Amino acid sequence: MIGIGIGFKWFIFVVAALVATGSSLMMVTRKNPIHSALWLIVTFFSVAILYVLLNATFIAVAQVMVYAGAIMMLVLFVIMLIHLEWGAQWTSSRSFAKLMGGIITIMLFLQILAGVFTYSSVGQHGIYSAQKLAELGNTRAVGGLLYGKYVFAFEVASILLLVGIVGAVLLARKRKD
Amino acid sequence: MEAVYTLIEMVVKNIVVVLVLMGFVAYTTLLERKLLGRLQVRPGPNRVGPFGLLQPLADGVKSFFKEDIIPDEADKTIYVLAPGISLFAALSMFAVIPFGGTITLLGREINLVIANIDTGLLYLLAMATLGEYGVVLGGWASGNKYGVLGALRAAAQMISYEVALGLAVIGTIILAGSLNLGEIVAAQEGMWFIVKYPFGFIFYLVAGLAEINRTPFDMPESESELACGFNIEYSSMKFATFMIAEYAHMFTVASIVTTLFLGGWMGPWLPGPVWFLIKVFAVIFFFIWERGTYPRLRYDHIMQFGWKVLLPLTLLNVVVTAALVALGVL
Repeated sequence: MIGIGIGFKWFIFVVAALVATGSSLMMVTRKNPIHSALWLIVTFFSVAILYVLLNATFIAVAQVMVYAGAIMMLVLFVIMLIHLEWGAQWTSSRSFAKLMGGIITIMLFLQILAGVFTYSSVGQHGIYSAQKLAELGNTRAVGGLLYGKYVFAFEVASILLLVGIVGAVLLARKRKD
Repeated sequence: MEAVYTLIEMVVKNIVVVLVLMGFVAYTTLLERKLLGRLQVRPGPNRVGPFGLLQPLADGVKSFFKEDIIPDEADKTIYVLAPGISLFAALSMFAVIPFGGTITLLGREINLVIANIDTGLLYLLAMATLGEYGVVLGGWASGNKYGVLGALRAAAQMISYEVALGLAVIGTIILAGSLNLGEIVAAQEGMWFIVKYPFGFIFYLVAGLAEINRTPFDMPESESELACGFNIEYSSMKFATFMIAEYAHMFTVASIVTTLFLGGWMGPWLPGPVWFLIKVFAVIFFFIWERGTYPRLRYDHIMQFGWKVLLPLTLLNVVVTAALVALGVL
């Protein structure tokens, strides 16, 4: 029974990983920004499935809610509002930006490959095993850590977001001339 | 062998729930037309079958035989996908809602909820945002300026009201100490959360109305200015799918209100599912009633209300509720 379970998990992992890679490739190659945004939503979804496989259901649902839901909705809204979908085309096929982007991508890819092949450890074991998580409840565990051990980092991040909002409001404010 | 039985149970439960849900959704459309008719002093549909009871069937057959039009300007794939996304989200939201306790059938204990997951409430919020993609993409993909305007309005409204919606349910999480909807229902034994947390109930109703795009928040399809907005180019079964999704979403939001604030399926004498349906239809009745009562708000008023009134109030509500719980009052 356990063998079937692990095989099933492995199968779902492979499918989700392939979909994630494929959809992110589709995202960067589409001409129409709306299509890019939709493929990005598919990517977020498949990454959420990977989180579920890692027993991190809270992160998975938060990922779908915040990224695939709210943030991508905002992205779609902006694309539609300023009518990018009929405008943005490359004027020249071989631009400097493309070259730089290609080089950086290849460098990053080589770096990841080097990491995968030289670093053999599977990573540190935390205190939360799958059994302990199931006992405690996923959300409770994440909440306890966020508001306990990592409360400083959490508050700093929230202040960063607040500064972003204040900045946006300041930029959008009507000037009295 | 146990695994096989569990699998069969899951499949049967899914099929039964979807079929029953679709039946209720079909008759919700009739209920809405009948009640709206009565509210406007006219009889409503009463020609097809006794009391117009076969009207949903007739509507289904009619839209099935209509010509299916895809505009030249449309983005074909997304245009076809959009109604499906709407319906998918509305139906899959129902998966985590408990509609009864446990029943014993053929010697098996069956839990009357499709997926009893730990983060059920968050799942609902996540799926609710996804449902709006159907409206936004459908409007955009039609290649029609009214459609795009409807899509833009839907997106802006969703972003504005999703925050208030999320904040309105935080009080129930604080009170129940869980995100699991089954545990939230269990925590309301003896006292419904509408009594303990009345403002959250009101805020959730308002934000929920905005989420399902109903009057006074039916901006994406306001007939008088956008000529039906996002679904302007849709015809035949695609239009019908949008309609089914809209009513399924309404049914689901009513179920969420029931689960979070009205004690879910619990009640004396009658079995759980019956109580659940009574409460859900009470909420749906309210939705129809207010549609017959209120005019549509202006777009900028909706935005202002969302950000400048509803958001601060829900935030205050969260703080006050948390303080009261911490002081041991609630």
